[in-house]
Amino acid sequence: MTSYHLDHLQHLETEAIHIMREVAGEFERPALLFSGGKDSICLLRLAEKAFRPSDLPMPLLNVDTGHHFPELNEFRDRRATQLGAKLIVRKVEDAIAQGIATVAPGEISRNRLQIPTLLAAIEEFRFDCCIGGARRDEEKARAKERFFSFRDAFGQWDPKNQRPEIWNLYNGRLNPGENMRVFPLSNWTEMDVWEYIQREKLEVPSIYFSHQRSCVRRAGQWLPVNDLVPPKPNEEVRDLVVRVRTIGDIISTGCVESPASTVADIIAEIAAARVTERGSRADDKASEAAMEDRKKAGYF
Amino acid sequence: MFTEELMPPTTPVTVPIDILRFNTCGSVDDGKSTLIGRLLYDSKSLMEDQIEALERSADITGGGQINLANLTDGLRAEREQGITIDVAYRYFATPRRKFIIADTPGHVQYTRNMVTGASNANLSIVLVDARLGVIEQSRRHTAIASLLRIPHLVVAVNKMDLVGWSEQRFLEIRAQFEEFLPRLDIKDVKFIPLSALNGDNVVDPSPHTPWYAGPTLLGHLETVHIASDWNLHGFRMPVQWVNRPNNPTDSALHDFRGFSGQIAGGIVRVGQKVLTLPAGVVTTVKEIWTYDGAVQEAFCPQSVTLVLADDIDISRGSMIIGPDYLPGFTTELHAEVCWMHSRPLQAGRKYFLKHTTHTVQVIVTELVNQLKVATLESVPNPASLAMNDIGEIRLRTAKPIVFDGYNVNRLTGSFILIEQGTNATVAAGMLLPPRETVKSENGDYVI
Repeated sequence: MTSYHLDHLQHLETEAIHIMREVAGEFERPALLFSGGKDSICLLRLAEKAFRPSDLPMPLLNVDTGHHFPELNEFRDRRATQLGAKLIVRKVEDAIAQGIATVAPGEISRNRLQIPTLLAAIEEFRFDCCIGGARRDEEKARAKERFFSFRDAFGQWDPKNQRPEIWNLYNGRLNPGENMRVFPLSNWTEMDVWEYIQREKLEVPSIYFSHQRSCVRRAGQWLPVNDLVPPKPNEEVRDLVVRVRTIGDIISTGCVESPASTVADIIAEIAAARVTERGSRADDKASEAAMEDRKKAGYF
Repeated sequence: MFTEELMPPTTPVTVPIDILRFNTCGSVDDGKSTLIGRLLYDSKSLMEDQIEALERSADITGGGQINLANLTDGLRAEREQGITIDVAYRYFATPRRKFIIADTPGHVQYTRNMVTGASNANLSIVLVDARLGVIEQSRRHTAIASLLRIPHLVVAVNKMDLVGWSEQRFLEIRAQFEEFLPRLDIKDVKFIPLSALNGDNVVDPSPHTPWYAGPTLLGHLETVHIASDWNLHGFRMPVQWVNRPNNPTDSALHDFRGFSGQIAGGIVRVGQKVLTLPAGVVTTVKEIWTYDGAVQEAFCPQSVTLVLADDIDISRGSMIIGPDYLPGFTTELHAEVCWMHSRPLQAGRKYFLKHTTHTVQVIVTELVNQLKVATLESVPNPASLAMNDIGEIRLRTAKPIVFDGYNVNRLTGSFILIEQGTNATVAAGMLLPPRETVKSENGDYVI
């Protein structure tokens, strides 16, 4: 007798495929945010599962801060080509040059500057919906977000006024200028993402695996030494065997010491981990409400 | 069977891990967020940086003590006011199960969030303050859990430490519940005495309740039987998206025309007859296409793409159904609704109704009754339904919809109402069983 049972990854998968197809069915001009990071790698596989044998009915969009790890951009471009998908890249540098984004005095991070760059891209291509790879387990403001996250004409999220989301009935109706962010991986955890990568045999950028890198210790983190993060005079540069657990900008992403060189190693490491994934992201440590504030301003 | 059991396993046996979705509801200060914090803390699901962040905020809100509620209260206004505003989702796993928690606020004005958090739940936890016993909110939350047909209910009698761990008090509260439970549609109820603040009977058994022989809360969550909440009778697949490759390089795909959707009920097999509505045409399933290869059969809630033997007018919003257990197909609907907007519902109003993948215009023709939550009695012909009110209504859609009673299929028996203009989601609706279903006559289907 056949067992009509889905395990937890199959449940999460069918939920996400359903959401992707709702986007294709309800929106005129959707886009899929693809950075080359592990979460958006899963999104792309889910899009293939949702739409093949047809082409993906939406372009891929990436906001390049100019501070990306080079391995990430190389992977992003290669993967888009493999899939025959249209990839749109909009750069924070260009947004600064065009006056769309304005740098505050002394501001080095491009984190905040991604927001106007993304909003300008949405306007340029008149996207009515952007699919993103955010997960609710990442951060506590994200834990309050819906699958279909409504944004007003300024791109803002209003956490106190979210549309109730009931059963699998998503309300995608918009007035002109309004926008929807859709998060098919909302119910996935970091562990689910890696288990899915393992099950689907997905390629991920090499920096997720253990490698040798020069790092300096800053604010309790190992930061990779590079042109943007030069060692300060009193800092000791150490050659370490590290990997990245979450990929943000090259100036704020901490490396973790790790011998994990396969996906199975990473899964074992996460199972034993005692800090969360975003514990290595300085951008979230700024304050208790760092993520909430960025999301209200139009962040993913 | 026996030979299988005697054979040595060739590969390690892995038990498929399943997911239990539950929500917590209770009144303000019943300690919902504390209970979730305690579940996460005691099941070792919290990470060091989360504990650190808790300790950082302890001086502000917890009077120097770690405030477990800060784990779930993610928004600044929530931390400042010490309340939960919106549904917060939390994830944790034990070796036996993965859990998705929807922490739903108890404020009367945020009841719509309970519907949001509970609509997909296998189980609801209703928290009761042992000192206060059953209050109107307890009845409201239990009534909503019943209305949504959540299969399992846990009544967590919290703050037992503040009533001296009195078995007498526990039994009184249990009796208060049992007074109104028979009027509701809940099959499985479990009562657990606990203290979320101190952790008694949450993850670890309490030394204070020798008179209680049942499981701890986590023990119950790990073992409660949730085998298929999904309906495997009566195949239903609402079409989400028509899959037609443009200029495929593979010539075999030139004529490919598939219908993509998530199976909302039952099982489908290659070669079986299916009825397509609203076209009203019967055809055969030629292929069940998936990215991982064609399959011979598929079941609810899998997402698949069906290729049919005949060319039929099918688009988003159409439904492909099996010939057994036929659905209703009409414009006249009768439903229970939970109203979720500050502008009240009155007869004569027009909305958009989203049901499965189909959105149609609808007019509310009659308010049949309103459920008074305090007494669980129905009052006929209310003038309006206000925010958080529950009642039965009749509606007429601009085009017929294909549906089942919510009591047999959550996915084909539910709908939302959307206000025209603002696009606000204003109601959650549960359809009563159809008075008449599509009929089969001499191999044809009559509507």
